[in-house]
Parts: sequence; structure tokens; C-alpha cells
Amino acid sequence: MNEPNHFRRIVIASVVLSAIATPIVVAVIAPNLPPGDSSSAASGQVYDNTVLFGIVTPIAASILVFFAYSLVAFRRRADGPAEGLAVRGDERVSVWWLAVTTVIVIFLAAFGTVELADAGAGGGQGPDPAFKPDGKAMPVQVIAQQWEFTYRYPTYGGIETAHLELPVGQQVAFHVTSLDVIHSFWAPKLGVKADANPGVDNIAYVKPDEEEPFEIHCNELCGLWHGYMFDTGQVVSDAEFLRWIHNQQRVFAPAAKVLPKYSNHYFPEPDRRGG
Amino acid sequence: MNPIRRVAWVPRVGAKGGVLSSLTGRLMAIGAAVIVVAALIGFYVADLVRSPTPVEASRKGGVYHVYLKTEAAIGPQDANPSWVSYLIKNPQGEWVHSTNFKVPAHALVHFTVYQFDGDSGLRNPFLSQVHGTVGNRMLVDGRPLKSIPPEEASHTFAVAQLGLIVPLRGVPEDEDDQCEEGPCNLSQAHETIEFTIRTGKPGRYRWQCFVPCAAGFLAGFGGPMQTIGYMDGFLQVT
Repeated sequence: MNEPNHFRRIVIASVVLSAIATPIVVAVIAPNLPPGDSSSAASGQVYDNTVLFGIVTPIAASILVFFAYSLVAFRRRADGPAEGLAVRGDERVSVWWLAVTTVIVIFLAAFGTVELADAGAGGGQGPDPAFKPDGKAMPVQVIAQQWEFTYRYPTYGGIETAHLELPVGQQVAFHVTSLDVIHSFWAPKLGVKADANPGVDNIAYVKPDEEEPFEIHCNELCGLWHGYMFDTGQVVSDAEFLRWIHNQQRVFAPAAKVLPKYSNHYFPEPDRRGG
Repeated sequence: MNPIRRVAWVPRVGAKGGVLSSLTGRLMAIGAAVIVVAALIGFYVADLVRSPTPVEASRKGGVYHVYLKTEAAIGPQDANPSWVSYLIKNPQGEWVHSTNFKVPAHALVHFTVYQFDGDSGLRNPFLSQVHGTVGNRMLVDGRPLKSIPPEEASHTFAVAQLGLIVPLRGVPEDEDDQCEEGPCNLSQAHETIEFTIRTGKPGRYRWQCFVPCAAGFLAGFGGPMQTIGYMDGFLQVT
């Protein structure tokens, strides 16, 4: 009996499955995955993920087809040999394999570099961000401590609050720091996750695009109540934001009098503690 | 002779006492062991997170009352005698070592805290302002205050989920008859802090002290700050 051309069959099946799956993944599934499009950073992450899914889907389809085909075509039969056919080297396959993987890796490196230099791939985060958005960004200091986040608005007299509100459509620069152990400020919907390290000013840029609430979590195991270190923030209109921040200035005026002068590096007093 | 070689490890289906039964036995033993270990871990975790019976607020007139005290060292009656701790007075008037208490929903609850510890200071001065109480104020030894100097804080009673912050001023160092170790009594130097909150919907809210007050632990954050039942607990609103 003539052996069928397994390679051709696998290639055809892979191409057909990829042709069906890739548009579905790229056009339907990937754009609807978290973090969504609530901010520029979130949209950038969704775009990056969509491109990566577009590349990965044909590869995954080929692997799955190969597995499925092998299970059926090369299964052990009752009267067959215990071992499969001998696999021998094939120069053409090797060359194609090297060429395709090289192209993919070079493309990903170039794509990642371009995106890192833009807002999409986290280039706008870190103590010394590679990317800085054009124009002015409103600074908001995120202060983590066991086990609560508080927020300072230097633009509004350095007022500190226990709640985070942001104006829609305005570039924001989070300056994330900690007063005690390592925490992590994570607002999944905004596409922001930045470590909060004591004495470090960790910057993350974001431009909220939707007026809606968003969750905030600590994403670094930080002690007994880590699981309770969450909060809900709110993106509001400019007018609402101004009303809110002026109200906070009024409510927290007594605390504002004793806050240290605003600084991007928060080295808290006192040195004397219970320990 | 059959030219087809058989691979040694391929199990023969249905072979009694052969590789299959041995493999099945081993898999069953591993499965049983996994279930037993998982159950033990489950019981341990359940026991760990299980809250002790909460102490109920006492009612006088239309207002519910919670009486708390803080001691710099809880004393020899506890497994950790040198640890700083909150205590609560139960409806029978006895001080008990618990940080889990129950108050009614949609009600006025008046708190009285007898504060026997010295100051440690707040790391974040923002928490030196009273917030979330009726009138956003407290009474300290009968005097209404909206904030205290952050360096004078000994502890806080704070419920982050409810936006409640009450800084507790420490006993000045020059006061006579300081209580170094519990049980402390009201004839000794202390501050009396009172405040009222209006409770909202039912829920289980955790409360904590924000002052790094754990003497003897790294940066004051270990021991009683990391153990439920000392400087943190649950406020059950029912």
C-alpha cells in the first residue's frame, strides 16, 4: 500500500484551520479580552495582545493539527510495529523552520521595541520611563502602606485622600511608592500595574478614556490583609473632578496642614517606631 | 519468530496482577494521599480563617456601645504576653481578649477607647485626621478634636472599607503610673477617646491599626500587626 503524503495533508489542514481561526481570534476574541479600552494604556495592551494572538494562532493551529493528525494517522495498530516510522532529517523542512522562526522572532523584536518606545507595551512605566507622553500629565502620587492606598494630588495643594478619582481624557502620571513593604498598584481596567517600593518613585502614565468606576488591587503579597487591600476608583468628567477635589481639599484640610511637603520620594517620618 | 518487537513498558490491557493493576493501585494510592493532604490543608485553613465568636455591642437607650482598650503589652495571661493589643468589654462587663465584635446595621454605635499605650507616631500623617465618625470628630478626655499631631499617635482604629479613621493619642511619657503590662485599669495613666459612627448595610469589615506599634519586631510591623486578634480584627455589622 502506498504511503499517503502526510506532510501535504498536515500543511493543508493547518492552512485551512488557520484561515478560519485567525480572523475569528483577531477580529472577535482578542479585542474583547481584558484590560479593555478604558484608557490609552489599556487600549495599547489590547492592540499588542491582538497582534501577538494573530501571530500565535496559525502556529497553535499547526501544532494542534499535527498532534491530532499524528494521533489518528500514526496510532499503534494491533498488527503494526511497536515503534513508528524512522524520522530522518529533511533539509527543506530545516530551512523553512529556520526561516519562518527567524522572521517571526525578528518581527516580534522590532514590534516590541516600537511599542516599548510608544505607550503600548509598558514603555511609559518605571522609575525612568522610556516613553513620556506629549503635553502635560497630571501627577498623582499613589502611597501604599499596610494595608491601604492613599493618593496625593500635588496640582491641588498636595491634598491627600483615601479615594482615587481621575478626570476623563486627561493624561495622568502615577507616582507609585510605599511607606513600608513592597506593594503593587494594579488598576486592571486602566491597564496599569506598578510596583510600590519604599523610597522609589515608580511612574506609570495613563489617559482614562471612559467615565466609569475601576477596581484597584494590591498585586504583591504584602502581609496579613493583602487580600483586603483593594479599592474602587472613579473616572469622571472634568467638572465633576474639580467639584470632588475641591471637596476633598475642604474635608481633609486638617490633615493637609501636617502632611510633609510634596515630594516624588516619600521617606516617611517618624524614624522612631514601636520596633 | 515474530519480527515485531514489543516495547517492555506498554501495559497489557486486562492483565491480572500485571503492570496495569500495579499502576492502578499506585495511582489510587497517590489519589487517596492527595485527597487526605488536601483535606488536612483545608481543615487547617478553615480553622485559621474561622473567626472567633464576636463580642456584641451593649445597648443603652437607643445607642449601642462598644468599649475597647489598648495595652502596650497584654500580659502573662496571653500566649504572647509582650504583644501590644486591643481588648473589648463584653456585655457582662468583663474585659476579654478579642478584636472581633458585632454591631447592628443602620444604627448609631458609640465607641469608647481607653488608651494605655505611649506614642509611636504615624508613618502617614494623613491618618492623623478623624474621618468617618459622626461630625468627623472625636472626644479625647472630653475635648472635641478633629485631628492630633501625627507624632503623638499611639494607634489608630481604622476601617478602610468604611472610610473610618480614628487616631488614638498616646499617653505622654511624663505621666505618672504608666501601665507597662496588662491588665491595665482605669486608675492608671490613660487617654479616653470617644466617637460615634452610624453603621450602614450589613457586612463583615476588617479594621486595623495603622501605627507601626509592634515593639520588638522589624520596623514595628510584625507580630501583633500581622496576627488577627491583636491590632486588627473584624467589625461585623448585622
